[in-house]
Amino acid sequence: MSTNLQFDQIRLPPECEALRQDVRAFLAEEIAKGTFDPHRPGHGDSHDRAFSKRIGAKGWIGMTWPKKYGGHERSFLERYVVTEEFRVANAPVRLHFVADRQSGPILLKYAPEHIKAGILPRICRGELCFVIGMSESGSGSDLFAAKTKATKVEKGWRIAGSKTWTSNAHVADYMLGLFRTSASTKEDRRHGLTQFLVDMKTPGITVNPIYQMTGQHDFNEVVFDDVFIPDDHVMGEIDGAWKQATSELAYERSGPERFLETFYVMLELIRALGSEPDIRSAEGLGRLVAQLHTLRRMSVSVAGMLQAGKEPVVEASIVKDLGTIWEQKLPHRVRELTAFLAPEIGNRTTLDEQLAFATTIAPKLTIQGGTTEILRGIIARGLGLR
Amino acid sequence: MTGESDNIVAGVAARIFADFADPQTINRARDGAWKEPFWRAVSDAGLPLAWVPEQLGGSGASLAEGFAVLGTAGRFAVAIPLAETLIAGWLLAHAGLKSPSGAMTVAPARPLDRITFGKDGTLSGRVLGVPFASDTQHIAVAAESPTGAVVALVATNDCGIDEGQTPAGDASNVVTFDRVQPLHHSAAPAGFDRTTLMLMGSVARSVQTAGALETILSLSATYANDRIAFERPIGKFQAVQQNLARLAGEVAAALAVSGSAADTLAQDNVFDDAAFFEAASAKIRCAEAATEGASIAHQVFGAIGFTKEHVLHRFTLRMLSWRDDFGNESYWAAELGKHVARGGADEFWPLVASR
Repeated sequence: MSTNLQFDQIRLPPECEALRQDVRAFLAEEIAKGTFDPHRPGHGDSHDRAFSKRIGAKGWIGMTWPKKYGGHERSFLERYVVTEEFRVANAPVRLHFVADRQSGPILLKYAPEHIKAGILPRICRGELCFVIGMSESGSGSDLFAAKTKATKVEKGWRIAGSKTWTSNAHVADYMLGLFRTSASTKEDRRHGLTQFLVDMKTPGITVNPIYQMTGQHDFNEVVFDDVFIPDDHVMGEIDGAWKQATSELAYERSGPERFLETFYVMLELIRALGSEPDIRSAEGLGRLVAQLHTLRRMSVSVAGMLQAGKEPVVEASIVKDLGTIWEQKLPHRVRELTAFLAPEIGNRTTLDEQLAFATTIAPKLTIQGGTTEILRGIIARGLGLR
Repeated sequence: MTGESDNIVAGVAARIFADFADPQTINRARDGAWKEPFWRAVSDAGLPLAWVPEQLGGSGASLAEGFAVLGTAGRFAVAIPLAETLIAGWLLAHAGLKSPSGAMTVAPARPLDRITFGKDGTLSGRVLGVPFASDTQHIAVAAESPTGAVVALVATNDCGIDEGQTPAGDASNVVTFDRVQPLHHSAAPAGFDRTTLMLMGSVARSVQTAGALETILSLSATYANDRIAFERPIGKFQAVQQNLARLAGEVAAALAVSGSAADTLAQDNVFDDAAFFEAASAKIRCAEAATEGASIAHQVFGAIGFTKEHVLHRFTLRMLSWRDDFGNESYWAAELGKHVARGGADEFWPLVASR
């Protein structure tokens, strides 16, 4: 525990530049074909199985994983470039993104050989969608309050209860879920949770939609009615799932998706201001540019440190804290900076549409994947407090 | 800035700063008697002229090594014209001019100020906020002439110097050049002008600010663990923890962006669009971090941190003052905004991703 923060100076190596050009060319082709519209950010939230398969065929899913599981043994920095280019283009990657970012790495670490060999290559081919089953109606940020039980039976476990706010569950092939296998103890309230791989086609699973305030369907409630899970689907230590979380979360927290989610409104701002903005607009834009550049340098640095085998857990949490707050405020700032522009500016319709969309999704950005308050608790603990 | 030699030079600097300029000791000092032995120690170690090649009278350290020294100086809230002499030596060396011994500063120190080099070979102009001018023997000047930029060395005594100081109590003077005859002068190399000096100064101030913020975070976390209120350390309260986490975010941002800018100058050693993008971003974001960071840290310390006897103000007031040197965050934000607007929306992401 220390207050020494470290951000190594990472420059993307030359192979990343070539890769970036490949990705841009691919995306330009897909946009030309009409696969998605980069000016419609809502599209980025959709599941497109055919598109994910084409991305997999390019070798851009499971990029850092071993070749024997269908991966490509490329660097985290190369994966970083692919992730940011897809995000900035508003390309629909939702189908494979969770599997690529966090489920696959968990399987790599904890799944038995035959499961790795069966599932990981399919993730890499863009065929599989994963859902994370953590939250319950009585357990959100307080993960260790989870009640949905897995009870030991012959050759496996039976799950009864429900998970909620499960993004993707209505299309997902598999869930990585956290279930209670023992009661927590007085000494350690984190004790008693185990991670399971759940085939979503297993009998007894019902998925009920929960519509979001944006009108989109992303959340679900997943109900488990005595669902059988075989023994070999236990991921890691029984009752000890909490130990498995910490360093992996660095990957999840510090990626470009943690500050680029509303980036499109910044591009529309630049379009709206034109080539000779007044001093107020120029200053406002310049600050946003400096803040974005800073976030990206931090995020690239964390990726580079992960590649070098370091564990920048606090730094990664800081990237998500600063990044999500920035992307959440961005549409509001763009609204202020475009307040005095003429009504007939060329991109008025797109600007207004995108601002409306970004404003509506903004509240979730500091909640999903660990709330601001939880992140700051982790940062404070890293600083030696608590 | 993680090379081995950078660490060695920064380590030497840290030892001297700890021995001669411990912030707590200086804060208790009744007068400025500590300054002279401190300056002698840093001079003996070759730090003030680190960026001057040996043939021009300096110690010929790399840009990276010099920036590492400045980061360390920020961590100690060093209050002598060390950064200024480094930049002055660097400026003179670019025009092939030798550096004199003793403390120097640079002018202009604000982007809207101008000094002109006249046909009669003298310098004229009135410039604001020249850091430590009254504590120096010489000023390195980036002047303008009809035939291009001129670098000149002048004796501080030949200029008009007012008695200004920053909120931190460091000299910061209005300097008047009334047809001042320079000791030496030379045409600046192509592409090197007043703006180049502003960019270099901005990166230096950003690196110093990040250093000061590192110490502020460490002091604040220690205090939060030690200070008891309501029968427990205040660091146990979530409200305080959340504030300290925000402070850590500002420190992290300042470290990352100033490190990136310093690394860019050290690696490329050219003042192109990339250097401008990095330097301007660093100055903007570090100044914002100074504003946020100072208020959070003072909030953690409460009344004791607002006293003269407490060391906190040596860091907070200094980094708040640095915001104004070599272009404040509003100035650079407008410049950066204009630059991005000229490039247009389609060029923007490639620009960000090129770094």
